[in-house]
Amino acid sequence: MAFRNTAHERNIATYTLRCLNRATPPRPSHPRCVLAEPPTYGASHWGRRAPWCRWMSTSQSGFISKVPQHPTWEPVAERQLPPPTKVSLDLVDKLERLALVDFGSQEGVECLENAIRFADQLHVVDTEGVEPMDSVLEDRALYLREDTVMEGNCAEELLRLSRITEEEYFVAPPGNIPLPKREERSAMLKHSEL
Amino acid sequence: MAASCSGHSAMLHKCVRFKSLCNVHLCSGVFIRRIWTSRSKCQLQPKLQSKSSPQMVGVVALEIHAQIQATSKLFSSSRVGFSAPPNSHVSFFDASLPGTLPVLNRRCVEAAVMTGLALNCKINTKSLFDRKHYFYSDLPAGYQITQQRLPIAVSGSLSYSYLGGKKRSEVMMKSVRVRQIQLEQDSGKSLHDDQRSRTLIDLNRAGVGLMEVVMEPDMCCGEEAAAAVRELQLILQTLGTCQGNMAEGQLRVDANVSVHHPGEPLGIRTEVKNINSARFVARAIDYEIQRQFEVLESGGTVLNETRSFDSKTGTTVPMRDKEGLQDYRFMPEPNLPPLFVYEGVASVPDGIDPAQAVVIDRLKAQLPELPGVKRTRLMEEYGILPEHSFTLVNENGLMEFFERVVQKTKTEPRKLIGWVIKELIGNLNLQNLKVTQSPVSPEALAQLLNLLESGFISSSAAKVVFQEMWKAPEKGVEQLVKELDLELISDREELVKICQRVLEAHPDLVQVIRGGNKKVLNKLMGSVQKESKGRADPVQLRKILEEMTS
Repeated sequence: MAFRNTAHERNIATYTLRCLNRATPPRPSHPRCVLAEPPTYGASHWGRRAPWCRWMSTSQSGFISKVPQHPTWEPVAERQLPPPTKVSLDLVDKLERLALVDFGSQEGVECLENAIRFADQLHVVDTEGVEPMDSVLEDRALYLREDTVMEGNCAEELLRLSRITEEEYFVAPPGNIPLPKREERSAMLKHSEL
Repeated sequence: MAASCSGHSAMLHKCVRFKSLCNVHLCSGVFIRRIWTSRSKCQLQPKLQSKSSPQMVGVVALEIHAQIQATSKLFSSSRVGFSAPPNSHVSFFDASLPGTLPVLNRRCVEAAVMTGLALNCKINTKSLFDRKHYFYSDLPAGYQITQQRLPIAVSGSLSYSYLGGKKRSEVMMKSVRVRQIQLEQDSGKSLHDDQRSRTLIDLNRAGVGLMEVVMEPDMCCGEEAAAAVRELQLILQTLGTCQGNMAEGQLRVDANVSVHHPGEPLGIRTEVKNINSARFVARAIDYEIQRQFEVLESGGTVLNETRSFDSKTGTTVPMRDKEGLQDYRFMPEPNLPPLFVYEGVASVPDGIDPAQAVVIDRLKAQLPELPGVKRTRLMEEYGILPEHSFTLVNENGLMEFFERVVQKTKTEPRKLIGWVIKELIGNLNLQNLKVTQSPVSPEALAQLLNLLESGFISSSAAKVVFQEMWKAPEKGVEQLVKELDLELISDREELVKICQRVLEAHPDLVQVIRGGNKKVLNKLMGSVQKESKGRADPVQLRKILEEMTS
């Protein structure tokens, strides 16, 4: 069964380590919510090997990937799509409060709207008579691992990633502070210690 | 470790949320056991009676988070361990670094299935994982992986009982429905430093496997809830699926409390959190019921809110509201396909190694004798009282101790239960020892009881010997009896001599007895026992004294 092999061969720790050791972490260029090109490091749960191997090896290397070997696409005309979603400032406010993030500006809101527009293309897919799925692999058994300790003891390494630490702790702002009203927010962020 | 631990707490003396981190070892398990014998507060529940409406009652539902007893976490292979240096048991996945993925621990699935079976649940052979989003700094991913839509076990029940009635010796049998058991991740721990206005984060607990046991609102007061919690705790400990130590946070109880008139729809409920010992379960709930009675009686309304129990004042206080309405934005966990477990080995599909699969029948066969069954068996087999069966089962290792004594002696179980429950437990508690640490072995106690049974020593002498055994467990019982010169005086002549001495010392009493007041004989018997250090056989002694005073 593919999944069993998967987890035996996969090694998250090594994989992540590679990311950590890179001089600059790969970040999509500015607007974060625009869908970037398929992330080169995107981990696939399903590949028989860790994904970076796939990108390094040729597609004829002999293993069967569950990802199609060649991308195909057809352009979707604007008129096939539903009307674009407009994101109200109130909704932005709610999302910001729920996730304690700051969209920042009108530009950020446009980003979000563009992302929704991108996803609108899925409306074109004919799903008549298809049971909704969470994943295209949901008929596969979930791999179960043995209850053994293989990771941990890397506090130092992890704490290095944090801007502020105290002894062996990460340091965060106190509790869940309610976000101030839109108007007050930028002023508050400027004076924040953290 | 202890040193560094106290260092942290000194630094954080104003920390709120987990301030007792370092002290918990000392007090753990001491009150938990006492729940059956302590007077609970159910009967103190106020009877609110107004002229227009019938009496209101409390309604209690529980959500219990049980930490799964496993070596590694639910989705990562870092260690599960209490009171380790901060952030030492954290993998990259636990810290939610990009590119890491969950890999499910089979042990956690098996533990949830076993717990489900023990709680008479239907096990879902297919269950799903979901993400529940909320923002808190001890939850680095910004979401918790849980089972919202299709949990691993549903529709069960938990039978529990407690001692009630006027004399608190009547066994009250109750049952509560278990809505579901879901697998989910634990969060990290936050230490709030109010003085410096910041939070310290320890992710050691982040990602530890939890079973959330959701119970229906079938309970009516703190005592019932506490008994249900205690029973669940015992079941989990018997199964070995959770260590169940509330002080260490291995078992966490949240109570949903409301009040209503029987027959009417349920009232608005509050959720009471931070109940961190079994003793407080009853207290927190009864306080909250009482508070809601009073709010309604004074014409107010109960708010749907989260309240925190303050063990110092014994009250519940509103928790700072988390940003108004919670929206967890549940979504299917995209990184985990459905979890399948199988009824029997035969139903494991081709391509999956049956040895690797979670098979319900196999786990069913491994289930140990559960506490309820144990109690019934003890009562039937040994003819002991229900309350004694509770003590035997509730105290870890006590039942095994008792049964070993029973095997090794001719004394009737009903007669020796007092030795185990009173003498043994009394001494253990005095020295703060567990049953398994008892210096007196079941065999030694059995030997002592055999001496008593065969009339070699008196029962008062046996108690003296028992205390000595405690002090010098390396010495044999017979050796102690000899050293202490406690064996019964079998020589009649010797006994008569002692009696003679006593009678000569109390001519007045002899006069009274001869005058017809036979009760005074007991006084003489006491004096003789004192003189003989309890070595006189009471029956024989009475006979001699009667003869001598007639």
